[in-house]
Amino acid sequence: MPESKVGTAQCEYPKQPTSLPPMPAPTCSSCHAARAALRRPRSGQALCGSCFCTAFEAEVLHTVIAGCLLPPGAVVAVGASGGKDSTVLAHVLRELAPRLDITLHLVAVDEGIGGYRDAALEAVSSQAARWELPLTIVAYADLFGGWTMDAVARSTAGSGRSRSCCTFCGVLRRRALEEGARLVGATHIVTGHNADDMAETVLMNFLRGDAGRLARGGVLGSAGEGCALPRCRPLQFASQKEVVLYAHFRRLRYFSEECVYAPEAFRGHARDLLKRLEAARPSAVLDLVHSAERLALAPAARPPPPGTCTRCGALASHALCQACALLDGLNRGLPRLAIGKGRRMLQAEPPLPGNSSQATSDPAAPQGPCTCEQSRDGATLCKEGGDRAGATCVLQSDVSPSE
Amino acid sequence: MCQAGEDYAVSAQRETLPVPRPGREQKCVKCAEGLPVVVIRAGDAFCRDCFKAFYVHKFRAMLGKNRLIFPGEKVLLAWSGGPSSSSMVWQVLEGLSQDSAKRLRFVPGVIYVDEGAACGQSLQDRVKTLAEVKLILQNTGFPWHVVALEEVFSLPPSVLCSASQEPAGTEEAYKTAVDSFLQQQHALGSEGCASPAQGEDQSHPSHSQEPLGMAGFPTAAQTEALSRLFSSIKTLTAKEELLQTLRTHLIVHVARTHGYCKVMTGESCTRLAIKLMTNLALGRGAFLAWDTGFSDERHGDVVLVRPMRDHTLKEVAFYNHLFGVPSVFTPAIDTKAPEKASIHRLMEAFILRLQTLFPSTVSTVYRTSEKLVKAPREGCASGPSSPSCLLCMCALDIDTTDSATAFGAQSSSHLSQMLPAEAGIPTTPCCGSGEGQAQSCHRGVGRRGDAQACVIEQLCYGCRVNMKDLPSLDPLPPYVLAEAQLRSQRAWVSKEIQEYLITDDDEEEEEESRAIKQEGENTGIGL
Repeated sequence: MPESKVGTAQCEYPKQPTSLPPMPAPTCSSCHAARAALRRPRSGQALCGSCFCTAFEAEVLHTVIAGCLLPPGAVVAVGASGGKDSTVLAHVLRELAPRLDITLHLVAVDEGIGGYRDAALEAVSSQAARWELPLTIVAYADLFGGWTMDAVARSTAGSGRSRSCCTFCGVLRRRALEEGARLVGATHIVTGHNADDMAETVLMNFLRGDAGRLARGGVLGSAGEGCALPRCRPLQFASQKEVVLYAHFRRLRYFSEECVYAPEAFRGHARDLLKRLEAARPSAVLDLVHSAERLALAPAARPPPPGTCTRCGALASHALCQACALLDGLNRGLPRLAIGKGRRMLQAEPPLPGNSSQATSDPAAPQGPCTCEQSRDGATLCKEGGDRAGATCVLQSDVSPSE
Repeated sequence: MCQAGEDYAVSAQRETLPVPRPGREQKCVKCAEGLPVVVIRAGDAFCRDCFKAFYVHKFRAMLGKNRLIFPGEKVLLAWSGGPSSSSMVWQVLEGLSQDSAKRLRFVPGVIYVDEGAACGQSLQDRVKTLAEVKLILQNTGFPWHVVALEEVFSLPPSVLCSASQEPAGTEEAYKTAVDSFLQQQHALGSEGCASPAQGEDQSHPSHSQEPLGMAGFPTAAQTEALSRLFSSIKTLTAKEELLQTLRTHLIVHVARTHGYCKVMTGESCTRLAIKLMTNLALGRGAFLAWDTGFSDERHGDVVLVRPMRDHTLKEVAFYNHLFGVPSVFTPAIDTKAPEKASIHRLMEAFILRLQTLFPSTVSTVYRTSEKLVKAPREGCASGPSSPSCLLCMCALDIDTTDSATAFGAQSSSHLSQMLPAEAGIPTTPCCGSGEGQAQSCHRGVGRRGDAQACVIEQLCYGCRVNMKDLPSLDPLPPYVLAEAQLRSQRAWVSKEIQEYLITDDDEEEEEESRAIKQEGENTGIGL
């Protein structure tokens, strides 16, 4: 049995089905030699450990090659959180790297959630050391003017129904990952989303009426538009149970506690529904992914072709990219400003004069945007290093990756 | 936050204000005079008359906005006895009896499908239910048909062929049709019998025997066959899906035989939201627009229409209660089933529970469903000649380069039939998601496996997953199996002669390839 104790982490053991009648263990149906150690959740096929791992890796390879996701020579930034998906992803890609001719870098994001992220980062560091992969850690506090997720949660705490910290975290994390990837000079970003995540996403998008996200499709990840790096998800056709089984048989250590803010997320409803659907019909996850691939939405529902953010130059559908808009709202003391219909009217506000002199290190006080010359014309990133706490745009040269 | 794009200010307001209860000082929000009797949505209290006007307006607006039902057309109302379809029949009844300016202009008939055998009801219960049903149907005054589900065993295979479609009526066609109809009305108007299509006294008998020539109740053999079919299905999900499919085929057949070109089904907004999410989970994402849209033209000449799709179940229930709409309760196949018995039940419970937490869930899903279009996604096989599914008649959504299904098939392609090897272990059949390639799983049984494989090949992804739950396809009604065999024979034959056929597109390429072939043969022969 593998030990996966990292800090206070628990290991997840795959549960044996209890409804099977007792009988001698079958042989692996692939190599016909070793005793079968597991039954694949999707097909019920009995396999030994190594054949299963081989099959899993073959399927990931097929996904990557069939979708032309990672061309040879790519420098790939792996979004590593220390959890099971990114651990398995990093391991599989490391195995396949010679065949695909890619180089890997691990990029970890520190959202500043106390008691959760620090332990996870320990796991990532030890993985990076063991696999001899370069690791870069980018922190929200550095990138986004002192806003950690805990500060965001405190700031959104009073605004009614749900805090929607997960919305902030998701948007900011993608920006952070992009910045980290740029730092290491990557050409592609991969994340460890599995089939369950895809299925939950399509359910969630329907329940929330997010036709724009549905129309964008994005089952195969997004090819880079404009200046954004192409992102893909090599594990997207592997179900969560198989990911856990793979980690078990390869004896991978990972961190598996739930984020402290997770119970408030809307995704929890979709996840709960997916668990029940899977119990009623085992192929439900793949059926949902199949459905998602084939949705046909009206052209009017599609979001407009994206331009660039006037403040930080990243990819944006409106005048401001979502990250800048959210941060703007936080800094102005209206955390929900960028969430909802008000967003459409949100233009890039002209910088308020004289605010930069009142910069404090407390992110909760309303801050003005950075007033340096370069950010005003909007085309280039602000290079001023001094006023970090007051700045809302991303300071590229100032990000100091802390190991 | 439950909804993308939800306004901050509005949501805060909605949350802090309590829902106003209709107290003595409250008046109807619409007419500001009457005493409110029902609260629709959150905080809108309506009086009885305004509610009726609101409800009826919704129904008429849905019909009028879509302009699919031409005046004088024969429309078959599919009545299940439940509240939504009863409400729909009631609306049509009232709509036909109004003064001529606002009168509905089509000719209705009603059909009731007796599904007692599939639901396991005893003969006495079915007879009792049928008596109640006939009473209500006679009171409507429309021509009515009562068919038993057992009649699917006598359906001809042609029901699965989508007959040639008439071109969809354009705006001008609709307007001219309405104008000419009105002129007809004026010509006959003086005599007092406004339209020859009133339901009251007709020249044809007001109740018709079963259209397939069976007198009265279905035979015991057919009932037996039907219950054998349904009890052989392993999961409730597949049972419900098959029941829906068979019921649709039967209704379409009856409509075709009696000359109805439209069928109205009474699915409400809530039901359609649940249906949409259920179909997502069943793998029918490509066909959501047909399954939940206003009109469904898969069957060609018979178009299914859903006029109640804007009414929530709550409104329907209140209307039926306030205005005494008659309905009949019949147990369905999933009555009293536990929540996790089928995907349909799960989704229903989930959506209704979520609705209590986020009251806009159903309307959000409904609005998203309106944005779905009936075109295939770019890059998928399309066109009028593309093969359609045997059971649900949608264009097949499985390509060989399919990611998810090819992925699933890849891992099971080297799977041998497990049942002989490991006897006693219940496993799902392995090649349920197999595609049209020759990668069918190796079966010990020869011919039966072939027949089964040839049926599976002609199904869309969702229907294939359902068929996985049928251990053997023999109990299926003969028209399905006959049509499957016909189609596979046709495909085989056309593959044989494909190279010799001249089509419009590749006429030149054909000739070129034939010329090269000829040369090759000549040189081969000449040697």
